[in-house]
Amino acid sequence: MPKTILEVKNLTKIYAGNIVFKDISLSVDEGDTVVIIGPSGTGKSTLLRCVNLLTRADGGQIWLDGVEITKAGHNEDEVRAHIGMVFQNFLLFNHLTALDNVSIGLTRVKHLPKEGAREKAMHELQRVGLADRAGHYPGQLSGGQQQRVAIARALAMDPRIMLFDEPTSALDPELIGEVLEVMRQLARDGMTMMVVTHEMGFAREVANRMVFMEKGGIVEEGSPEDLFYRPRFPRTREFLWKITELYGKKETQDSAKNTEGTSGAEGEA
Amino acid sequence: MSEWLQFFQRALPAFLQGSLVTLQLTVVGLSMGFVLGLLSALARVYGGKWPRWLAVGYIELFRGTPVLVQLFLIYFGLPGLGITLSRMTSAYLAMGLNSGAYQAEYLRGSILAIGDGQMMAGRAIGMSRFKTIWYIILPQALRLVIPAWSNEPISLLKSTAVAFLIAVPDLMTKAKAIAAQTYDPIGTYLAVAVVYLVMVFALSELLKFLERRARIPGFEMEGRGA
Repeated sequence: MPKTILEVKNLTKIYAGNIVFKDISLSVDEGDTVVIIGPSGTGKSTLLRCVNLLTRADGGQIWLDGVEITKAGHNEDEVRAHIGMVFQNFLLFNHLTALDNVSIGLTRVKHLPKEGAREKAMHELQRVGLADRAGHYPGQLSGGQQQRVAIARALAMDPRIMLFDEPTSALDPELIGEVLEVMRQLARDGMTMMVVTHEMGFAREVANRMVFMEKGGIVEEGSPEDLFYRPRFPRTREFLWKITELYGKKETQDSAKNTEGTSGAEGEA
Repeated sequence: MSEWLQFFQRALPAFLQGSLVTLQLTVVGLSMGFVLGLLSALARVYGGKWPRWLAVGYIELFRGTPVLVQLFLIYFGLPGLGITLSRMTSAYLAMGLNSGAYQAEYLRGSILAIGDGQMMAGRAIGMSRFKTIWYIILPQALRLVIPAWSNEPISLLKSTAVAFLIAVPDLMTKAKAIAAQTYDPIGTYLAVAVVYLVMVFALSELLKFLERRARIPGFEMEGRGA
């Protein structure tokens, strides 16, 4: 039986008197890619932020590797160092080069010596295909490249699980593919991931499990096949139909273009 | 014209001495103000209730009253409380305290402009709040603040002239003495104006250099994007 990395039980978040989500329970096994879908404003992003304690949940418990991290007095910084987070708008450190963006966590959090941190950071940049951009500042990189550096920054910490908060929503359509390709590779490498996204092609292809959230609750969860072809609830079917209509066409075009795009970028290197 | 040049030549040593004191007041005031300003700005943005309240009180008090009143309170007022300070120390203190209040607001603005996102990204890789402020927020805020903050050294350099009123031997005090000796107030004060102008010009060149040095490709007030 695979090891459970993350376990969330009855998590509830209230913001300014409104329930963002209520009694969310789910678990993520080692090597799993769990994709969370749902209309905007249903608390998907907030759920990710609660998981790595950037936002305090108002109820419920979270375990990482069997250790409860929501206990009072638990070292939050320590927890976050073990959970990778990728944001919708990249949030790279603007005053640092790509390399320093990736290595700063290694030197300042893990206290690695400078040379070791550099080497490891370079390795992570290689992994996302950006070794040749190590000396560039975020302002000199495209959105897709920035997001790949952000992924490398999170990977450098050797996280137990990676959280992706709509990682391609802020990208121009032609840049989405290169980011998804990096994420696909991560999944193949066995990284445990929790992904909030509207990219249904990615979900269908990579997810072991999909979770459909709406109005602050989990409506349905199951394999991509279950949700796409045998949804139990009409709401799931409706949402998936809408989102596929909206993103589907563009996506098939993109994935064709992107395979070229990524290999092209690497060829430049 | 040559007469005026001759006069300028005679007055030059005194002017140089005075300028040196003026620069001293500027540098010490600016440095002290920077430390005070940075602490106040951090207190206002990240502090709890009491630090925030303290910072607001300090800033409002020193921005809301004339620097001359502050100087007189320190030099003539404090002895009444048993604290007697030298002319120079009083002038340093007045300049530093006053400048700090202004610098606090410049710095606060640039810290706020960096935004919560950078804090969140820092925390997300396991940095503490303090580490994120130190390694992520401040290096960016201090770069971003330079263009606006550049007003402060220039304005401070000129406002050090009030130290003349407690007889600190700065440029203005020297000028007053020379004007009295030569019976030529117009020439003297014109010459002093030129000296101030030269110092301000040099200072603003220095600040432009600093701004260029601190520049990061793609990192500007507007271009930070995303």
